[in-house]
Amino acid sequence: MDATVQTIEAMERPPVTMASRLEGELLEVSMGPQHPSTHGVFRMNVALEGEIVRKLKPVFGYLHRNHEQIGEHTSYLGSMPYTDRLDYFCSMSNNWAYALSVEKLAGIEVPERAEYLRVILAELTRLQNHASLLGFLLSDMGAWGTPLMYAFREREKILDLFESLAGSRMMCDYMRFGGCRLDASEEWLARAKQIVDRFPEFLDEFEELILGNEIVIGRTQNVGKLSAELAISAGITGPMLRASGVNYDVRKVDGYGFYPRFKFRIPLGNHGDTYDRLMMRALEMRESVGILKQAFAQIQPGPIVNPKVKVRAFRPPAGEAYGRIEAPKGELGFYLISDGGPNPYRYRVRPPSFINLTVLEDLCLGHTVADVMVILGSVDIVMGEVDR
Amino acid sequence: MIGTGILKGMAVTARNFVGSYFDKERLITIQYPEERNPLPENYRNFPFLIYDGDDPHAGLRCVACKICEKECPPQCIYIVKSDDKKPDYMGKPQFYPKVFDIDISVCMSCQICVEVCPFEAIKMDKEFELSKRERFDALLSRKEELSKSNDYYHKIHPLEDAAAVAEAKKKAAAEAAAKAAAAKAAATKPPPVGDAASVPGKPTPSSQQ
Repeated sequence: MDATVQTIEAMERPPVTMASRLEGELLEVSMGPQHPSTHGVFRMNVALEGEIVRKLKPVFGYLHRNHEQIGEHTSYLGSMPYTDRLDYFCSMSNNWAYALSVEKLAGIEVPERAEYLRVILAELTRLQNHASLLGFLLSDMGAWGTPLMYAFREREKILDLFESLAGSRMMCDYMRFGGCRLDASEEWLARAKQIVDRFPEFLDEFEELILGNEIVIGRTQNVGKLSAELAISAGITGPMLRASGVNYDVRKVDGYGFYPRFKFRIPLGNHGDTYDRLMMRALEMRESVGILKQAFAQIQPGPIVNPKVKVRAFRPPAGEAYGRIEAPKGELGFYLISDGGPNPYRYRVRPPSFINLTVLEDLCLGHTVADVMVILGSVDIVMGEVDR
Repeated sequence: MIGTGILKGMAVTARNFVGSYFDKERLITIQYPEERNPLPENYRNFPFLIYDGDDPHAGLRCVACKICEKECPPQCIYIVKSDDKKPDYMGKPQFYPKVFDIDISVCMSCQICVEVCPFEAIKMDKEFELSKRERFDALLSRKEELSKSNDYYHKIHPLEDAAAVAEAKKKAAAEAAAKAAAAKAAATKPPPVGDAASVPGKPTPSSQQ
């Protein structure tokens, strides 16, 4: 056994009694990091009694890239492409969160059109993230391929939009301090509007495909229940928190960007189980479509970048700032301390999927091994963000 | 009744499967090496250096100011400044890069070098089939491979080129109108610097500072 990795062996174990002898020993299974359902290089040390999970210890760090330290050694602008690589499904949201915190730090105003573009891109990101999450979750449940491919078909259209606007499908690197890098043409907006208008068709089809399916209901309802108290005390955010019935959405609480200008509702769950978390994504996508339609109606031509912001030798004044947004996975925040130099003195990321992962053991205890994959899928993690 | 949900889902699958034979929208894949989707205008891959005219050395716009080397987040650019000077396209003597290497195994295609360049000398390429049979030096692009002509840049950015041409035409028309209005000033007015084909298109707004 590798001495550097802490295993279940090293955790406290119950004393061996006659009763425990009769029950048999716990079987330690290492799931991952190459397991196809762990969404990346993530490993779980699971102690099993028969098929029931009795202990679960997540092991991560396989994808650690020293993101925060790199951020402290690169210029403020130079960190922007690195934020794409945090949650590589939602690079637009990551860009926005980082740009928001630097704008707070330096007191930069953002032009109106740029704010609208940011809302449009962040909501498109939410659509493609949630769509692919549903596909992955179903493939974790054994619905191999088909739902995932349907979800990826829709995701592909949105990624094509990103590619034609920002130049890259996933590593967009699109936002800048005080605006956005390139302007969206009228054709681009028309194409995006057309894709968004047709998105509910996909949602209808997808809901027909899976959400009434008896196997899906049997596999998800009452599995991995998360109580509202535990969710709040563990700092869970995003759809996972709202599935437990807590009405907390940074878009409503902070009202950053132009979100106060849009009418949208926050879907809330009742039971906090995996089915609620799954439905939460489907309902949020419908709300996102509503926001996008309003944004397409309201966006006006204008400048997209604040001309006062310097590209070369950008130095914000000394101070600190915390900017946060409602990323598709939860509250994504960047905490920056500036000492007036060209790079931040301290650069800290509050990653939603890492913090949402902390309750994994509480969700999985008492369930079978097969349920662990479903619960992990519903937490919605991306290892690029968990390990950074 | 139990099982109806599954049957409904199967109907969706069947509709998609049969539909893929008739509906173009349901058949979304293409056979890649034979069929290709056109690349979007803004697509970016790896940087290259622009030269004007026909001679890669004489027309190279880069003056080895090393701003891109300094700003590159993964530090993939390596520049050695020349000892002597060569005339640039305006005839002004400038330094030039003796060595300009980009390690494309390190480059992350972020486009920051393009944004910070004050001379519009470095731009993003669209070539993406770059697999090499060698592991080491092959992925280090030298100055000679990186230098590409301005015509090539315009070829891979057709929309930007058209917009620049339209803008130059508009500008020329406005200038002609102004000339007609002030006929006596027309004789002393210099022609606009460079025509549409020799200036790179409209720079990004952020790169103007």
